[in-house]
Amino acid sequence: MKAPWGKVARMVRRSRRALLVALVCLGILGSSAMAQGELRFCLRSEPKTFDPLKVEDDASVAVRYLTGGVLVRMNRQTQALEPELAQSWKVSKDGKQITFKLRSGISFSDGTPFSAEDVAYTVQQLMDPALHSPTGDTFRSGPGNVETKIFSPTQISITFPAPVAGLDRQFDQVAILSAHSGKKEMAVLGPFMVADYKPGATLLLKRNPNYWKTDAQGRKLPYLDSITLDIQPNRDVEMLRFKRGEVDLINSLDSEYFDKLAATSPQLVHDAGASLDSEQMWFNEVAKAPLPQYKKNWFRSATFRRAISEAINRADLARVVFRGHAQPAVGPISPANKFWFNAKLKPATYSPDAALKALQAEGFRMENGELKDREGNAVVFSIITNSGNKARERMATMIQEDLQKIGVHVNVVTLDFPSLIERMTQSFDYEAILLGLTNVGLDPNEQMNVWLSSSENHQWNPQEKTPETPWEAEIDRLMQAQASSADAKRRKESFDRVQEIAVEQAPFIYLVNRNALSAVSQRVQGASPVILVPQTYWNVERLSVK
Amino acid sequence: MSVWRRVACAVLLLVAGLSLAANVLAPAGYAKQYREAADSGPSSAHWLGTDEIGRDRFARVLYGTRISLLLAPAAALLSTLMAALVGGLAGYLGGGWARGAMAITDLFLSLPWLFLLITVRALMPLNVSPLVSVLVTFLMLGLLGWTSAARVLCASAGSLRDSDFVRQARASGVRGARLFWIHVMPNLKPVLYAQFWISIPAFILSEANLGILGLGVAEPMPSWGSLLKELEGLVSVGSEPWKFVPLILLAVVVTSFQIVMSKQEEVAA
Repeated sequence: MKAPWGKVARMVRRSRRALLVALVCLGILGSSAMAQGELRFCLRSEPKTFDPLKVEDDASVAVRYLTGGVLVRMNRQTQALEPELAQSWKVSKDGKQITFKLRSGISFSDGTPFSAEDVAYTVQQLMDPALHSPTGDTFRSGPGNVETKIFSPTQISITFPAPVAGLDRQFDQVAILSAHSGKKEMAVLGPFMVADYKPGATLLLKRNPNYWKTDAQGRKLPYLDSITLDIQPNRDVEMLRFKRGEVDLINSLDSEYFDKLAATSPQLVHDAGASLDSEQMWFNEVAKAPLPQYKKNWFRSATFRRAISEAINRADLARVVFRGHAQPAVGPISPANKFWFNAKLKPATYSPDAALKALQAEGFRMENGELKDREGNAVVFSIITNSGNKARERMATMIQEDLQKIGVHVNVVTLDFPSLIERMTQSFDYEAILLGLTNVGLDPNEQMNVWLSSSENHQWNPQEKTPETPWEAEIDRLMQAQASSADAKRRKESFDRVQEIAVEQAPFIYLVNRNALSAVSQRVQGASPVILVPQTYWNVERLSVK
Repeated sequence: MSVWRRVACAVLLLVAGLSLAANVLAPAGYAKQYREAADSGPSSAHWLGTDEIGRDRFARVLYGTRISLLLAPAAALLSTLMAALVGGLAGYLGGGWARGAMAITDLFLSLPWLFLLITVRALMPLNVSPLVSVLVTFLMLGLLGWTSAARVLCASAGSLRDSDFVRQARASGVRGARLFWIHVMPNLKPVLYAQFWISIPAFILSEANLGILGLGVAEPMPSWGSLLKELEGLVSVGSEPWKFVPLILLAVVVTSFQIVMSKQEEVAA
């Protein structure tokens, strides 16, 4: 009997081919899906809403970023505007109208098709005064109604009653809602969708099966299968869980924790450089404040404010309080804001001698190590800050010692936050305050409420009926000019001048810009933390985990 | 006196002695900032290292101990006197007086003292020197901390009012304030001593709690509370055991006070 070796050999060859084909198929399938596990990180508070138009708190902003589809997106790394659901767009010369050309063939997470009708619906909802949308507020530059005109399912124009500065950039925050889906805001166009929510515990996001983007190799995005967001307000617990490998990312890391982690695992921590956030102090310049007149005179003197500013060692604040993870502040805008920062401004110098000379020229004099004004009043004032914020308490204590060198005696007072806000906004019963400003957006329009003299948040002297000083009047004029112009160059010129006035007059004494510190587990691939929010997961659709 | 009580007394005297010698042992003082050596470990220049802004931790512990050990007994004395006045008189007078006084005491007891302290602190003028802030903090503790002791004293004075020797004094014609001061108060002394000793560690801990919240003694003056703030966040102190010194000292002093006062409690009982 002849052994069927030829048949066996043929079968083996066929099997090999079949195996090869199977492997190739698997490879193709694998590369097209590349679903890559679950990412975990913490939200520091409960998201207050899933409606992207009502978002106000940080946790809801994070959920909106992960789930919402937007027409244009500011690239957090380059700070340039990039097309998303809109292929292209055009802003009219008067800054009132924007026309979008939309992508076609896109569906919401529930399968409802996306078209210009959804954009029109979203904009009408956004601008509905009854909704009180904080995002909508940034588009309200004048009285009247917004008009939308649909030219085709992929083309729409939106006309606002008054020019909106940086109109196209504002759409980075507008997640498009479906006009027709029964799932309302839970039907999304972003890379992830809300799958499960356990209040106080976790929020589970699953990849949106209808997400439209692909990578350069044609693979569908996002790479991740899901994201679990643990609601964890305690920073210590978040840090411990990161160390144990239970969470993959930490945003806005404290400088102390950063250094501790860097000492053991330097490959996990990232210092992206100066962020947009600043720490600052200011004097009470409110005319009706319950303060002695001589103190009001000090605080309303630009020379006095500049001298105090010059006597503060900002480099030490950055080096000691923030362990080198902060930069001495130059002015109202952080150098991290590439376009709007006025590069002509010079960093504040530290010179107690020059500060003392300037004060002496104003009639102040030193007597037995104590600075006294023209009338013989000792220069003593208090700085209040919010209790529990270790960095601010330390800064205030260091400023106390710095100012002692020019004979100024400072009392540091820490108050609970509601008491501090009450003194700051209601009774005006304070002398100086040290607080921080968190900037999320880059556009100066987001600071309108600080710079306009009539504004409630014009902290050193809120709600002035008319500007009380010529320089405040000039700031008002410049801020309004930049807000009503669509010409980026002219806007920049106006805002550069605002920054110069702010430095000359020192209504705010800018101290430091904190660095954007974060930690990323080695499990996560594709992360490149940046200074803008959300630091670590700005490119979430391209992140994967090992 | 038992061995443990002797040891406790010795510990308290040693700690008090060291804190009073702070000027000699730590001549640089508690406020000087060695910014080039901020948050450093123990060295020959700084025996317990420096804090986050470079202040000598050893000096701050000594000066902080002085403040806590001097002012906590003062606050305890104030609260005990108030308790004696309110509770002792209410118990002695009895009837409607006692019910009224104890109703007020219950009202004070029901107040969330921490929030009350925060509110009082927020209402204080801002431009007060650190020394005044220390005095005010302990004054507030003394003024708000008399209630529990008042209830105990009311009950004790009430039982004395109906005792045979008080009846006998009354029958002999002794009345009013004389009866209270000569016959009642001396018999309340053991209870008063016990309440005084109990209050000291309670006030030390209260100040420490306020300090942790940033609402106690103002910068740059140290207190145990402000020193304990360094222990916020176990992650940050795990590898720096010297930061536990204020906590250990607090535990040792409070325990010593407990041992010393256990004698007073026995006497009161």
